[in-house]
Amino acid sequence: MSILLYLIPIALLLGLIGLGAFIWAIKSGQYDDLDGAARRILIDDDDDEEQQ
Amino acid sequence: MNDNSGYAKLAKKNKAGLWELSIHVNGVRCAGCIQKIESTLHKKDKVQEARLNFSTGRLYVTWDGKADLAGDIANDVEALGYQIAPDTPAGRDEDKESRFLLLCLGVAGFAMGNIMLLSFGLWITNIETMGFATREFLHWVSAIIGIPAVIFAGRPFFRSAFGALRKGQTNMDVPISLALILATSMSLLETIKGSEHVYFDSAVMLMFFLLVGRYLDYKARRSAKSVATELLQTLTGFAVVIKGDKKEKTLIRDLKEDMEVLVSAGEKIPVDGLIIEGQSSIDTSLITGETMPRDTAKGDEVYAGTINLNAPLRIKVLKAKEDSLLSDIVRLIEKAEQGQAKYVRIADKAAKLYTPLVHSLALLTFLLWWGLLGLAWQEALMISITVLIITCPCALGLAVPVVQMLASGRLMKNHILVKSGDALERMAKIDTVIFDKTGTLTYGQPKLTSTHDEKTLQLAASLSSHSKHPLSQAITMAYGDGALLEMGDVEEHAGQGLSASYKGKQVKLGRADFCGVDVADINSTDQVLFMTYGGNKQEVFHLADTLRPDAVGTVQALKDMNMRIVMLSGDRQQTAQKIAEQLGINEVRAELSPVDKFNITEKMQEEGAHCLMVGDGLNDAPVLAAASVSMAPGSAVDMAQNATDMVYMGNETKPIIEAYKVARKTQNLVIENFVLAALYNLVAIPLAVMGYVTPMIAAIAMSGSSLLVIGNSLRVKGKL
Repeated sequence: MSILLYLIPIALLLGLIGLGAFIWAIKSGQYDDLDGAARRILIDDDDDEEQQ
Repeated sequence: MNDNSGYAKLAKKNKAGLWELSIHVNGVRCAGCIQKIESTLHKKDKVQEARLNFSTGRLYVTWDGKADLAGDIANDVEALGYQIAPDTPAGRDEDKESRFLLLCLGVAGFAMGNIMLLSFGLWITNIETMGFATREFLHWVSAIIGIPAVIFAGRPFFRSAFGALRKGQTNMDVPISLALILATSMSLLETIKGSEHVYFDSAVMLMFFLLVGRYLDYKARRSAKSVATELLQTLTGFAVVIKGDKKEKTLIRDLKEDMEVLVSAGEKIPVDGLIIEGQSSIDTSLITGETMPRDTAKGDEVYAGTINLNAPLRIKVLKAKEDSLLSDIVRLIEKAEQGQAKYVRIADKAAKLYTPLVHSLALLTFLLWWGLLGLAWQEALMISITVLIITCPCALGLAVPVVQMLASGRLMKNHILVKSGDALERMAKIDTVIFDKTGTLTYGQPKLTSTHDEKTLQLAASLSSHSKHPLSQAITMAYGDGALLEMGDVEEHAGQGLSASYKGKQVKLGRADFCGVDVADINSTDQVLFMTYGGNKQEVFHLADTLRPDAVGTVQALKDMNMRIVMLSGDRQQTAQKIAEQLGINEVRAELSPVDKFNITEKMQEEGAHCLMVGDGLNDAPVLAAASVSMAPGSAVDMAQNATDMVYMGNETKPIIEAYKVARKTQNLVIENFVLAALYNLVAIPLAVMGYVTPMIAAIAMSGSSLLVIGNSLRVKGKL
C-alpha cells in the first residue's frame, strides 16, 4: 500500500494544476462574456483585412 | 449629441499608468456591433485596449495620455448610433459575484473529485484488507482537501445564512451551512479519533451540487435595469424661452408655468403646454403609442417628451417638468418596479416550509438517540448530522434553476429572450392577456390598402418619395423599386401634403382640403390621402395600419386556453374598435393615456387577475412594469424592452403562445421535481434517523436524487 504515498500526492498535484488553470481563466476574464465569445468567432481579424 | 466631457472625471489611472474607463453601451445586438465599436476605438492612437462585454453591454477602454480623451471616446461610441451611460457600481458588483460563484464551484468540484477518488477505496474494501494505517491516511488526506474547500467554497452559503440569522430570519442557506459546518467539524473529530466513518465526501458533494444550482440561478437572474431614471434623462438640457422680444436659453428644469417657449422643428417639446402660435405635426408616440404624427394647431395641448416635426411652435407652459405627464409616467414605473420586488419565488416558498422541518427532524433524532436510547453524544450528533446531510436540498436546490435555465435556453432558440427565471413562474399563472394595439397586434406602420393602376401609383410614389411622413412612405413602399418620374418644384407643406409640378401641370398629394377635394362621400376609419393632377384627375388612397399575419390566430388560441383578452389602446375609439372586431376581442378600451392604462391594469390585478401585458411603446412602459409578467416585441422602443420580462423577435405574435406553453411546462416540471425530491426524502430520512446512512449511502442518495431531478428537467426540451 505504500505506493499510495506517491500516487495520491501525484494525483492531487495534477488536480491542483487543473484547478490553478481554472482559477487563472476566471481571473483573466475568460468566463465573463460567454455570449460575446460565441459571437466573436464571426468577426474578421483586422490584420486579415489589411493583407487582402 | 450630448456633452460627454463629464466622462473624463470617471476615468481612473490603473496600475500600468494607463487611464481606464468603463461605459455602459445600449443597443449592442450582434458581432457587427462589437467589431464596429472596438475597431473604431482601436484606430485612435492613444487607445491601448477596448473590449466590449456582450453579455453585460459594458465597454472597457484603457488609454495613454490625458483623461480628457474619455469624452472623445464617449462621443465616438455615440456617433456610431449607440446610447451610452456611465457604468454603475452595481453592475461591477454583479460581475464580481458571478466570478466568485464560479471560483467556488471550481474549488468544490476539485475537492469533490479528489475526495471521491479516495472514498471509493474506503467504500469498496474493509479494514481487514486495507489495514488501519491506510484508512487513517485516506481520512487525513480527505480532511486536508475537504476542510479548506468547505471554508473557501462554502462562503456563498455562510454569508447568506449569517445575513438571514442576523435579521432574525431563516432561509434555505441556514440548514445548508449548518450541515456543512457540522459535518466537516465532526468528521475532523472522527478522523482524529480514528473512527470508521467520516463525511468529508458528503459535505463537499453537497456543496458542489448546491453551487451548481446557485450559479445557474444567478445567471438566469439578469440585472433589472431601472427604466425610470433613463426615461427622465430624455428631458434634460435647454429650452428657448421668449421674454418679450428676447429669446433666452433656460434649463428645462427651471421652466415655470405661463412661460412661453419656442420649440423649433425636430426638437423635443420640453413641457406640457398649449400651442399659442404655429401649426405643425407632432410625433406623440411617447404618450399614445401611435406612430402616425398628429396634426396640431393653435389652441391644442401638447405633452412633454413628444417631438415637434415640421414647423416652429410657440408654447405656453401649463405644467413644469415635475408635474408633466411624462413625470407621471416615471412615477408610475417606479411604483410598479417596487411592487415587482414583492413577488415570492416558488423556491423561497419551498425553503420556508422546508427549513424548520429539517432542523426539528435533526434535533429530534439527536434527542432520540442521546436521551432515549442512551448513545454517547458524539455518536448521536453524528447520526443527526447524517439526517441534515441527507435531507439537505441537493435536489431541491437544483429543482428550480435547472428547469428555468433549460427553458430559457429553449425559448432563446425560438428567439424569445427571457430576462429572469421567475418571469417563467409568473407567466405560468396568467389568466388575462392585455394587448397594446399599435406595433403589437399591428405592424405600427400604415400600409396602402386600396388598389391603383400602375401609372397612378408611379406618379404618387414619385411625389411621396420626397417625404419622410409615414403615409408618404407607405405609398413609396407600395410602389416598390420601380422607376420614379422626374418632378420639379417639390414642396412639403407641414400637416397638409406635398405639391410639385410634372410636365408643366401641378400635382398635389395630401389632405382633402389641401387638394381641394370634396370628402362628403368618403366614410372610412382608414387614413385617406388624395392626389390631384392638373387640378382635375383625382385619386383616393386608403391607408391603414394592418394586423400582423398571425394575430387573429394568436388571439383565438389564447381564448381557447380560457384567457381573458383585453385591448388597451391610446388610439381613437373607432380605429381600435375596428381592429378589435377583426381579432375577435370583446373588451376594448381606447383613447387611453399611459396613466389610464396603468390604472386599469392595477385595478384588474387588485381584483385578482394575473395579467400578461404585451406592448411596445413608451406609453406602455408603466403597464409593462406593473403587470405580473410582460412581453415586448423586438421592434419595441428600448425603454419598453427594458421594462419587460421577455422580448420576442420577428414579425409574428406566435411567440406569446410559445412562451406561455413553455412557462406552463416549466412550472409543471418544477413541481414534479419538488415531488421527486420529497419522495427521495421519504425514503432517505427514515434510514438516516435509524442511523443506517454510511458515507457511501449518503453519496449515492445525493447524486442519485440530483441526477433524477436534472434528468426530469431535461424534459422541458421535449414536446409541449
